[in-house]
Amino acid sequence: MSTNPWVWVAAFLTLAIYSFLYKDNPVYRFAEHIFMGVSVGYGLVLFWYNSVIPRLWEPLVKGTEPTRFFLLIPILIGALTFSLFVPRYSWLVKYTLAFVVGASAGLSIPLSFETNIFEQVRSTILTRQMLSGWGMVSNLIMFIGVIVTLAYFYFSMEHKGVIGKTARIGRIYIMIAFGASFGYTVMARVSLLIGRMQFLLHDWLGIIK
Amino acid sequence: MWEKLLRLDRRWIFVLVALSVLIPLLRPLGLPMRTTEPVLNLYTYIDTLKPHDKAVILVTDFDPSTMPELLPMAEAIMRHCFARKIPLILYGGMYPTFVGMAKMALSRVLPDFPDVKYGEDYVFLGYIPGTSLIILSMGESISKTFGNDYYGNKLDSLPLMQRVKNYDQVALVIDLSGSGTPVWWIIYGYQRYGVRVGCGTTAVSAAQYYPYLQTGQFVGMLGGLKGAAEYETLIERAGIPPGRKTASIGMDAQSIVHLMLIFLIILGNIGYFIVRRKR
Amino acid sequence: MRRTGPLVVAFIMGFAMIFQYFIPHPLSQKFYEIMVQQWLIIISIFLYLFGLRSFTLYHYHKVRRKKEGWYFSLIALLAALITVIIGFGTRRGPLFDKIYDYILAPLQATMFSLLAFFIASAAYRAFRARNLEATLLLVTATIVMLGRVPFGAFMWHKLPDVVEWILKYPNMAAQRGILIGVGLGMIATSMKIILGIERSYLGGE
Repeated sequence: MSTNPWVWVAAFLTLAIYSFLYKDNPVYRFAEHIFMGVSVGYGLVLFWYNSVIPRLWEPLVKGTEPTRFFLLIPILIGALTFSLFVPRYSWLVKYTLAFVVGASAGLSIPLSFETNIFEQVRSTILTRQMLSGWGMVSNLIMFIGVIVTLAYFYFSMEHKGVIGKTARIGRIYIMIAFGASFGYTVMARVSLLIGRMQFLLHDWLGIIK
Repeated sequence: MWEKLLRLDRRWIFVLVALSVLIPLLRPLGLPMRTTEPVLNLYTYIDTLKPHDKAVILVTDFDPSTMPELLPMAEAIMRHCFARKIPLILYGGMYPTFVGMAKMALSRVLPDFPDVKYGEDYVFLGYIPGTSLIILSMGESISKTFGNDYYGNKLDSLPLMQRVKNYDQVALVIDLSGSGTPVWWIIYGYQRYGVRVGCGTTAVSAAQYYPYLQTGQFVGMLGGLKGAAEYETLIERAGIPPGRKTASIGMDAQSIVHLMLIFLIILGNIGYFIVRRKR
Repeated sequence: MRRTGPLVVAFIMGFAMIFQYFIPHPLSQKFYEIMVQQWLIIISIFLYLFGLRSFTLYHYHKVRRKKEGWYFSLIALLAALITVIIGFGTRRGPLFDKIYDYILAPLQATMFSLLAFFIASAAYRAFRARNLEATLLLVTATIVMLGRVPFGAFMWHKLPDVVEWILKYPNMAAQRGILIGVGLGMIATSMKIILGIERSYLGGE
C-alpha cells in the first residue's frame, strides 16, 4: 500500500467520482467542482508563465525600438477584449474576434481544400498500379465506397432510381464505418477504466506490479 | 423472465464491467501481442532516422481524460527517441492542461535515461494560445513563436534550438491527441510546410483517420490502448527499456471486457427477439 | 461602426490571407509572417481571458444569488484561487505539479472512465439488430471489438487482418466520403464568415 499521502488524496478523489455510479451525491459534486476550479487555475498559471511573459511582457520591456512599437498594434486590438467589462463599449470586442476569425478562415480555405478535398480525391482515383494483383478487388471496393457514400449525402436530387439505389449501397458502407467507429469507441471507454483501475491496484494498493 | 432480464438494474451491469477489468488485472492471461501496419510504419519511420540529426516534435495534445490511452504512447515514443539519440522537441499542446501530461511523461521516462541532456537532446515547449496559428508560426520560426521554453529559458540560448529553426530541421511531428488536432497538423504543418506528420489517437478517432493514412498524409498511427501496447512491445524487442508497460498490462482486461460486452449484446438481442415474438 | 465595422475587418483579413497564399512575393511572405507570428498570436493571448470570464461569472453569480448548489460553485472558485496562489507563490514549483498529478489528473481521468460503465449498459439495452443496417453495424462493431484485442487473434489468427482490411477499405471509403462532405462544408462556412453571411461568432446583435 502506498505511503505517499498524495496518492491517498488521488485515491479518495477517484473513489469520490466513482460514487456517482451508485447515484448522484454531494461527494461526487464536491470532487467535480474541485476539478473545474483546479483546471482553470492551472491553466491561468501556465498561460501567464508560458504566454504572457515571453510573448508580451519581455518583448515590451526588453525589446528593441521598432519591435516594441509594432507590438502596440496587436496589443491594442487584443486589449479591446477588456471592453467586455464596460457594458456600453462591449461591442468593441467584436473587432478583435472579427480580426482573428476572419484571418483564420482565410488561412484555412486553401489548405483545407488541399487536405480534405484534393488529396482525398486524388488518392481515390484508381491507377494502373492499384488495379493490378490482389489489391484490385479491395481498391475497387474502396473506389465504389467513396462514390456511393458521396451519393448518399447528395440531397439536391430525390433519392429515387439510380441515385436511390446508389445511396442505398452508400448506407451499407456508412453502417460498416459507424460499426467500426462504435467498436473502437467501446474500446476507448474501457481503456479509460482500465487506466484508473491500474492506478488503484498498482499505485495505491500495490497489489499488482 | 426475459422481460425482467431486459429491465435489469444497470448497476448490476456496472458490477460486471468492474469485475471484468479487475480479475484479469489481478490474474493476467499474458496473451501475445501482434503489431499492425499503421503502428509499424510509425515505429520504422522513427527507427530509421539518423541520430543527432533532424528533430522529432512530440505533441501531447491531450489531458487526463484520455491519459490511459495516450500517456503510454508519449512515454514509449520518448523512450524510442532518447535511446536512438534523436533530438526531441516536446510540445505541451494546444491547451494549458495538456502541458501537465508532457511533464508527467517526462518524469516517468527520464530516470531510465540518465545521460540525456536538456537543451541538447530535448527541449520542452509550453503553452501559447492560438491553436492552428501556432502550427503555422512554428513553420516560420519555432523560437520566435514561443520565445521561451516551458521553464522560462530563452529558446535561442539552447543548443538544440540554435540548430532547429523551423520544420526544415524537423523529421516528423507526432501529435498525440484525443480530439481533431492531428488533422490540423496535416492542414497547417504538412500541407503548408511539408513537414511529415504521424499521430497517436484515442480509439474513438482511429477509424476516422484511415483516409489520411491511405493518402500518406499520416506517416503512421497509434490507435488507442492497443496501439500504445504495440509500440511498447516494439521498443522492448529492440532492447530499449520499456518502463512499466501500462498499456500492455491493460490489454488482457481489454480482451475480457470486450468478450463480456459481446455476450451482453447477444443476450440483450435474444431477449429482445423473444419478447417481441411473444407480443 | 458596431455592426458593419467587424464584418469589414473579417472580410479584409480573410481575403488578405487567401490572396497571400497564392502570391509568393517576399512582401506577401513578410505580411504573412508578421500576421501569423506576431499579431494573431498576441491577440489570441488576450482572447484567452475571454474564456476565463465565463467560468468566473457563471460561478460568481451562482454564489451571489445563492442559487441551488451555490456552495459547489464556491468550491470551484476557491479551488481555482488556491491553485493560482500556489502556482504563482511557488513559481510553478513541485507543489504545483503535485496538484496536477494527484488532484486534477485523477479527477478528470476518473470522470471520463465513468463512460465505460454507461456505454456497457447502453450496449446491453439499446444495441438491437432491428433491421439489415442495424445488424451490419452491430456485426462490424463486434468484429472490430474482437479483432482489436489479443483474444481475437487467439481465437483465429487471421482476425486482426480481417479487421485491418475492414478499416482500410470499406470503412476508409465511407469515412472519406464523409470527410469530403465535411471538408466542403467547412470551406463553405469559412467563406460565409469572410463574406459576412455567418455572424454567429460575433455573438447576438
